[in-house]
Amino acid sequence: MATFFGEVLSVYSRAVEEDDEELEENEEDEQIRRELEEKREVHLHWIPEVSDSLKSGNKLPCSEFVLAVGHNAARFLSVYVLTSANWDKVGHASVWNERSRAVAGQTSKESACVFYRHKENPTVLMCQVTSHIAEDQLFQWTEKVFDCLQHRELNVTVLSDSSVADYKTADYLCTSATPFLRSLHTGTFSGKPVCQSLEQPNIVTGLSAAVLNHCQVHRIATVVYQCYSDILGPDSVTMETYKPALTKLGKSIQLASSPNTDVLRKFIQTTEIQSNLYI
Amino acid sequence: MFISSENAPPSLKDFTLVMPAVAVGNVAQLAVDLLVSTLNMKLVGYIHTDCLIPMAGNNPYSTCREDAEELHTPAEVYTAPELKLAVLQIRAPIIQKKSKKFRQLIVSWIKTSGFSRTVILSSSHAYQRDDQQMKGTPLRYLVTPSLLKVSADALKELGWREMEQLPAFPGLTEANAESRLSIPGGGITKGLYTDSCAEDLPLAVILLFCSEGDNIPDAFTLVNHLNDWLHLLDNPSQEPNKWKIPPSWSLLFGSGIPPAMF
Repeated sequence: MATFFGEVLSVYSRAVEEDDEELEENEEDEQIRRELEEKREVHLHWIPEVSDSLKSGNKLPCSEFVLAVGHNAARFLSVYVLTSANWDKVGHASVWNERSRAVAGQTSKESACVFYRHKENPTVLMCQVTSHIAEDQLFQWTEKVFDCLQHRELNVTVLSDSSVADYKTADYLCTSATPFLRSLHTGTFSGKPVCQSLEQPNIVTGLSAAVLNHCQVHRIATVVYQCYSDILGPDSVTMETYKPALTKLGKSIQLASSPNTDVLRKFIQTTEIQSNLYI
Repeated sequence: MFISSENAPPSLKDFTLVMPAVAVGNVAQLAVDLLVSTLNMKLVGYIHTDCLIPMAGNNPYSTCREDAEELHTPAEVYTAPELKLAVLQIRAPIIQKKSKKFRQLIVSWIKTSGFSRTVILSSSHAYQRDDQQMKGTPLRYLVTPSLLKVSADALKELGWREMEQLPAFPGLTEANAESRLSIPGGGITKGLYTDSCAEDLPLAVILLFCSEGDNIPDAFTLVNHLNDWLHLLDNPSQEPNKWKIPPSWSLLFGSGIPPAMF
């Protein structure tokens, strides 16, 4: 496809070839496909106390659920919230897909999708997701996680990372404008978001979209704060953008006034090492 | 599965359903956008399924600031009760492995809702046409036997061209050469059509040969063609801008250009 300025863009067709699936499959192919599908299942692992209560049919009581998707959002929680030692780890989700690194026997400690519960107020839950969840796993992840939570009086806040390259605007964005927040909320959300609403024709995709879809049809009050940043790795300026979103939750989640520098250093250094552009 | 957005489920019995197939250039989806925004159709529910890639955004059809903040999902059902028209808009691609499941879901929803007829808007790769298809209009139609019984006269009057069957083995000129239906780039179009034939559903496919690019003109062609049959708008061709372009069509080719460039 050629644009107005004549440069040629490679476009992929969104149309699925109609003939592929009609092909006859032999038994071996079918088995491989089935095994792959099983491997791509999302599994939730809760601590014994929680899984026992879930088994007996009692869902996790939850009034506030904060979900952080992406490195900056997740590390924002690590640096500002989880440092207070008021949090218990209650479980994690294991997700395998084409982008998962081949780590044999990965322990729950290393898992990239962890659930925390507030020690004093056990109806406050948090989840950090730093792993990639594939398109076909998003729906399943959301169904499984929300199936464990009590829906009555549940409020969901999603913090999500995004690249400013994905943000469309008629005005040219100067670099000083980034990072910035945009919000999107379900029909049942009654509060006032702390930032501007996401303008058309912008959309959100990925886990935050899956959560929004689920909460919209099940009428759960949910707000997504999407942070558009121009820096790839975790950085302190982008993390700080999320602060107003959680200060609003005030009573349930205590936010440290300044980032915990020890924790911050750990996350920032790991990405610095990888950049060897100018040694 | 269909989930109503109101407390009471809407009655869709004897409505005409128009839905797009996610296909080349997203022409059908754009055409459905024109229907929803021009006819001021009302959201009545969602198709909530794991077969579509999740996405969410604010109101794509907003007309003023007040209604801009309204969440919309990948597959939604709109109605215009006075026209007995229902529309299913699909805004996301189908997960490839799940296209068969998605077809089954749609077919069973069509059956339970009791639509009087279903129209699938679609498109197909222009570059894969054969010689006979390259002549004349780029628009084609297909109807299932069960719809043909009731709409044969109307279709005859319209003088539309039916989608050609292509030889299964081009080049072989035997008298009894096999022919087959082929809609390259049409996504689930062919599957839905064959499923509906087997299930005896009254369904029509209206499609357009096109290529990827700026497909807005194609969308107008397709929606005008549909209107020739269903008469949703009176004489849209006399007033070319009667179809209302929704605000979500803005910035189709990306953001604004940096002023420092000039």
